[in-house]
Amino acid sequence: MSGIKDFFSSITKGNAEQQPPRVCKSCGAEIPYADYVENHCICPECGTYFRMRAVERLDATVDAGSFQEIDRKLKSKDPIKFPDYAQKLDKAEKASGLNEGVVCGTAKIEGMDTALFIMDSAFMMGSMGTVVGEKITRLFEKAIALNLPVVGFITSGGARMQEGIFSLMQMAKVSGAVKRHSEAGLLYIAVLTDPTTGGITASFAMQGDIIIAEPKALIGFAGQRVIEQTTGEKLPAGFQRAEFQLEHGFVDLIEERPRMTYTLAKLLALHRHV
Amino acid sequence: MAKADSITAYERVQAARNGKRPMGSYYIEHMIDDFVELHGDRRFGDDAAIVAGIGYINRIPVTVIAMERGETIEERMKRNFGCPEPEGYRKALRLMKEAEKFHRPVICFIGSSGAYCGIDAEERGQGLAIAENLYEMMGLKTPIISVVVGEGGSGGALALGVCDTAIMLENAVYSVISPEGCASILWKDATKAPDAAEHLKLTSYDLLKFEVVEKIIREEGKTEREICSALKRFLLDEIMRLQTLPVSELLDERYEKFRKIGAYR
Repeated sequence: MSGIKDFFSSITKGNAEQQPPRVCKSCGAEIPYADYVENHCICPECGTYFRMRAVERLDATVDAGSFQEIDRKLKSKDPIKFPDYAQKLDKAEKASGLNEGVVCGTAKIEGMDTALFIMDSAFMMGSMGTVVGEKITRLFEKAIALNLPVVGFITSGGARMQEGIFSLMQMAKVSGAVKRHSEAGLLYIAVLTDPTTGGITASFAMQGDIIIAEPKALIGFAGQRVIEQTTGEKLPAGFQRAEFQLEHGFVDLIEERPRMTYTLAKLLALHRHV
Repeated sequence: MAKADSITAYERVQAARNGKRPMGSYYIEHMIDDFVELHGDRRFGDDAAIVAGIGYINRIPVTVIAMERGETIEERMKRNFGCPEPEGYRKALRLMKEAEKFHRPVICFIGSSGAYCGIDAEERGQGLAIAENLYEMMGLKTPIISVVVGEGGSGGALALGVCDTAIMLENAVYSVISPEGCASILWKDATKAPDAAEHLKLTSYDLLKFEVVEKIIREEGKTEREICSALKRFLLDEIMRLQTLPVSELLDERYEKFRKIGAYR
């Protein structure tokens, strides 16, 4: 619990001790928060993966004390003055303890330096407006300057409609930064977690040198309801899940959460000798 | 200059979607000489929702990539009502790469409600196809000019929209989500689309103000031929200007064009 306490106090306005027990949506099991974190946010009773918060992912991934956050204070300016958006942002801030839907910084994973971005679905479903786009772009630019790989933990409902065309253009903006980072000969590992959809799948989620998915994560472009309504077809079992994407050749591997850091470290090490 | 608010945003959406409005093929026919259409993505198939090929604009060879929904019902079925499948985007990218090899400028015509939403499109990687276009177009070493002539529907439009110069016809629209989609998500009521259209700020005048597009081609009081001529003149000027830039400068300016889009504090 000590690591997660630090992350709670440094990254969010929350507090690890005040976290209520988590209740599993699949089997109803009540899991004390310390056990929940210890078990990688997986239900110990039925094995269901919960959606991990950015603080929990940091705690599970980076070497203790190595994370240096960047651009933490960046906030949206509500560029098209969309109705109720300012209130929604306030609500999301309170609910998540974050200023926006992504946490960025540099850290060590098993002793190896890396740039890191972690999206958090507790902030408006991790949707991408101009702040998420800007923070991820800056992270890739910083990684180029520092000659670092980028590891990205992705979860997002897609582009954030409340910022209109500005959100859509972030897809191109981030893609430009990913491209430059790649041209500098640097590694980008994308880890797709539940859910990864819409404009995020259609941009940086699918631009990794290596793309890892968590088991059963929903990964796709079009929303399932939209497909059903458009085509009138019933969706096959397991449609757009990680296993479906692996079978169709769109992700490199599926990794269980307890082994994720180990696998990331192996891949980072394999790319060190260039 | 016509007042930007002389008609409502939703009226512009309806104008952009009008079945009689000229789409990509019209501009190819009236603007491009000796056009040779090239088919297929060399991977899976040929998507008729995207027409692509090579021809001359005046005497300059260009690669043209155009979304096309078709006119008759049979043609619309064949072209999937202008909604590209992954193969359409892959054909576009293949031909952009060919244009890069021969230092030929690329002109993209955008007009589609969006990328096709279907089980098969997902199975063949619709998200990846768009992602690859955004990524590769950011580094394509030849000028790209994109023209939104109809409805610019979200990521499916942006997949032909990474460019050095973005142009919109006056009544074209360009949005992160359709007004109907937005209204049904936010207010559980697709009939509120006209309100959503207003709030989404998706008209050519909005996008010019936001510096997302560089130029509007006026439509009011103009015939289709006049619009086409005005567009052609502007395209020629832009092609000449972009062709004089060294590749590194061209790519830096393209990066900056998108890099600066945002509003944060």
